[in-house]
Amino acid sequence: MSSGGHGSATDRRLNALFRHLSSSARMDPQQLNSIAASPTSANQNDSVFSHVVRAPEDPILGVTVAYNKDPSQVKLNLGVGAYRTEEGKPLVLNVVRKAEQQLVNDRSRVKEYLPIVGLAEFNKLSAKLILGADSPAIRENRVTTVQCLSGTGSLRVGAEFLARHYHQRTIYIPQPTWGNHPKVFTLAGLSVKSYRYYDPATRGLNFQGLLEDLGSAPAGAIVLLHACAHNPTGVDPTLQQWERIRQLMRSKGLLPFFDSAYQGFASGSLDSDAQSVRMFVADGGECFIAQSYAKNLGLYGERVGALSIVCKTADVAGRVESQVKLVIRPMYSNPPIHGASIVAAILRDRGLFNEWTFELKAMADRIISMRQKLFDALRARGTPGDWSHIIKQIGMFTFTGLNPQQVAFMTKDYHIYMTSDGRISMAGLSSKTVPHLADAIHAAVTRVS
Amino acid sequence: MAMRSLISERVSCRSSVLGARWMSSWWRNVEPAPKDPILGVTEAFLADPSPDKVNVGVGAYRDDNGKPVVLECVREAERRIAGTANMEYLPMGGSVKMVEETLKLAYGDNSEFIKDKRIAAVQSLSGTGACRLFADFQKRFHPDSQIYIPVPTWSNHHNIWRDAHVTQRTFHYYHPGTKGLDFAALMDDIKNAPNGSFFLLHACAHNPTGVDPSEEQWKEISYQIKAKGHFPFFDMAYQGFASGDPERDAKAIRIFLKDGHLLGLAQSYAKNMGLYGQRVGCLSVLCEDEKQAVAVKSQLQQLARPMYSNPPVHGALIVSTILGDAELKKLWLKEVQGMADRIIGMRTALRENLEELGSPLSWKHITNQIGMFCYSGLTPEQVDRLTNEYHIYMTRNGRISMAGVTTGNVGFLANAVHEVTKST
Repeated sequence: MSSGGHGSATDRRLNALFRHLSSSARMDPQQLNSIAASPTSANQNDSVFSHVVRAPEDPILGVTVAYNKDPSQVKLNLGVGAYRTEEGKPLVLNVVRKAEQQLVNDRSRVKEYLPIVGLAEFNKLSAKLILGADSPAIRENRVTTVQCLSGTGSLRVGAEFLARHYHQRTIYIPQPTWGNHPKVFTLAGLSVKSYRYYDPATRGLNFQGLLEDLGSAPAGAIVLLHACAHNPTGVDPTLQQWERIRQLMRSKGLLPFFDSAYQGFASGSLDSDAQSVRMFVADGGECFIAQSYAKNLGLYGERVGALSIVCKTADVAGRVESQVKLVIRPMYSNPPIHGASIVAAILRDRGLFNEWTFELKAMADRIISMRQKLFDALRARGTPGDWSHIIKQIGMFTFTGLNPQQVAFMTKDYHIYMTSDGRISMAGLSSKTVPHLADAIHAAVTRVS
Repeated sequence: MAMRSLISERVSCRSSVLGARWMSSWWRNVEPAPKDPILGVTEAFLADPSPDKVNVGVGAYRDDNGKPVVLECVREAERRIAGTANMEYLPMGGSVKMVEETLKLAYGDNSEFIKDKRIAAVQSLSGTGACRLFADFQKRFHPDSQIYIPVPTWSNHHNIWRDAHVTQRTFHYYHPGTKGLDFAALMDDIKNAPNGSFFLLHACAHNPTGVDPSEEQWKEISYQIKAKGHFPFFDMAYQGFASGDPERDAKAIRIFLKDGHLLGLAQSYAKNMGLYGQRVGCLSVLCEDEKQAVAVKSQLQQLARPMYSNPPVHGALIVSTILGDAELKKLWLKEVQGMADRIIGMRTALRENLEELGSPLSWKHITNQIGMFCYSGLTPEQVDRLTNEYHIYMTRNGRISMAGVTTGNVGFLANAVHEVTKST
């Protein structure tokens, strides 16, 4: 009998067997429960992770999982925000294909490690894209931009930096917001509070509530702002409202952290969609910006994004960058090269860049036309309620106002897949499928409360 | 347009009214961070204008002309991929196909554990990402546990477990006297660690020393770890790169599997497939049964989601294209063997050169050690002299990346090393 295992499943089995044998042979009771499997027997032993329970499905990504399982011919996936063509297919932009070919044909390219902060050219071009080519902050070298893993990665790295170096550990996030935001900030070490944002009564912005809540936040608190095309509601402040938000935040020293996941995708114009960010940078103050190329360049799975930190001085920006590197190195060492190379190839080339703006506008226009079609279809059916929010909201998502019971009904009876908060991805609709969705909404609203 | 200029006008008036409070930076007190000891070496090398400079710092493979290499199998895979795949999100756990092929490499093509679906596995951001995910997982489910890390180890290991807030301890590994394994002390440390500790082990080609336990020693280590109920976590960044044969390089893992350990494993394709910048790897945890593997995988995904949502697709596609095609896989194995052989050749050459120069020291360890790195035994001061006088760049712990040694520079390198050590 050897020492070692302490109550493993194997030991218990052996001891049970021994007890069984010993009770019939009347062996020494002292010897009971003292047998242990040899430490190197190949029998299975207890895992140190046997107490780990299965985690619930991610509420957003889980929708696609459920959709994939459904055998229905009329099923519709309006869950995750990935763009689809009129034919319901994923889209790889022409400019991306061209950039890819460039990369493949360039034999001089190697796949060595990028620096911790990523591809330098990509970083410069990304800063210009969001801040504007003429941005004084860039000219004055006050911006540090680091390549990160899409929007999620940029948010996480920025939040980790804040948790270590910023005096305020609370971040205010809008109510509602993208489901992953609270987890990102919590795991980074920040505590999360919320500010009022969406008004279910008007299906628009609760501007008063927003001003009150930000007004009563402690000085210096971090505030998450969706740069444009708020996810999940599609409700954005007007420019005048942005200006008031800016004034309030600067007067209280609140630190803006922009999440820009839809630049160009909301209105169709890259510059218009960056107005909110540029407004804040123009006043000379500091801010964080998380940029994603997942949607506007269709690079979803390549995980391309950038974190920009606009600082007061170049010296500060340099020191901040060195500390951001310490966050990244123990997370994944350096970012993936492929997606960033594609983006750099497009942004640096005037022809490709222009072509991109056309493709971007086409995607945004298609979504805007889907909004109009859905609105018209509901009107035609006489569906009770005011559905004008469908055409007032902007970006990939519509916050329908449907409740979880209505959503569940639409999934069960009409095979429509969406998140239970009533958010639908307009990008997943086509002229052919709008009628089916309109039927489903009509049925849900009239039959389920 | 009018609105924009109106706003900026009002903004410039306001900024003076709102005063100095928000005019100062929030980051005044941010200290400049120290340079990364490894990656900082390449930065310094790049900044050096000398035509004779030699970079034996970071562990990235170079061919005999000192040039980085893209494997032919990778070029072919990229040709096949370009223009065909879409770039949709991978699942949180990454590419299923890539993970499957990767598990086969480590656990064996016909592994019962794969058949029985007992391995919880997710695609990770290369080896770093795999280690970090595991460290976060360890913290979440064993918050009071400690990780034992060998001395020395890749410096980033300490950063990873520190950022995951896991308590760190060290265990003896390298013996500076013999420039080999300090086996007795290592075994003592395993015995003396509290039962149920977590141990970080390098599966092959230990970084930075190149010193690996023998097969017999691995068996004893496995026995002792099992006797203490410790958790073995393997970092395997060099499978195929050490001996040239991936099966052989997985020996330690197979020994542990045979002994019934429910191990954890980080795998990387950075070196053995030359996919450095693509960040492709895999984290796996062997569980008691399929149900537990499903649970563990779901929890690993919960940690990945708030870090980067889902892993990058391109590198994973390269790996699964190569490993899923018999011809390409054969080509890869040949190219890996070629890289390992060149390094072994350079070890021999460096040692012979030093011996021919009449060095008073023993350089046996250069050929005893294995993998990309040679722990030369040079002191930080000697390393500084190599850099300042000879423009030879390496990390200050005396670690030489053999991948940076070529027939063209081995003589120069040997001469420089001899010069700074001959009076030792």
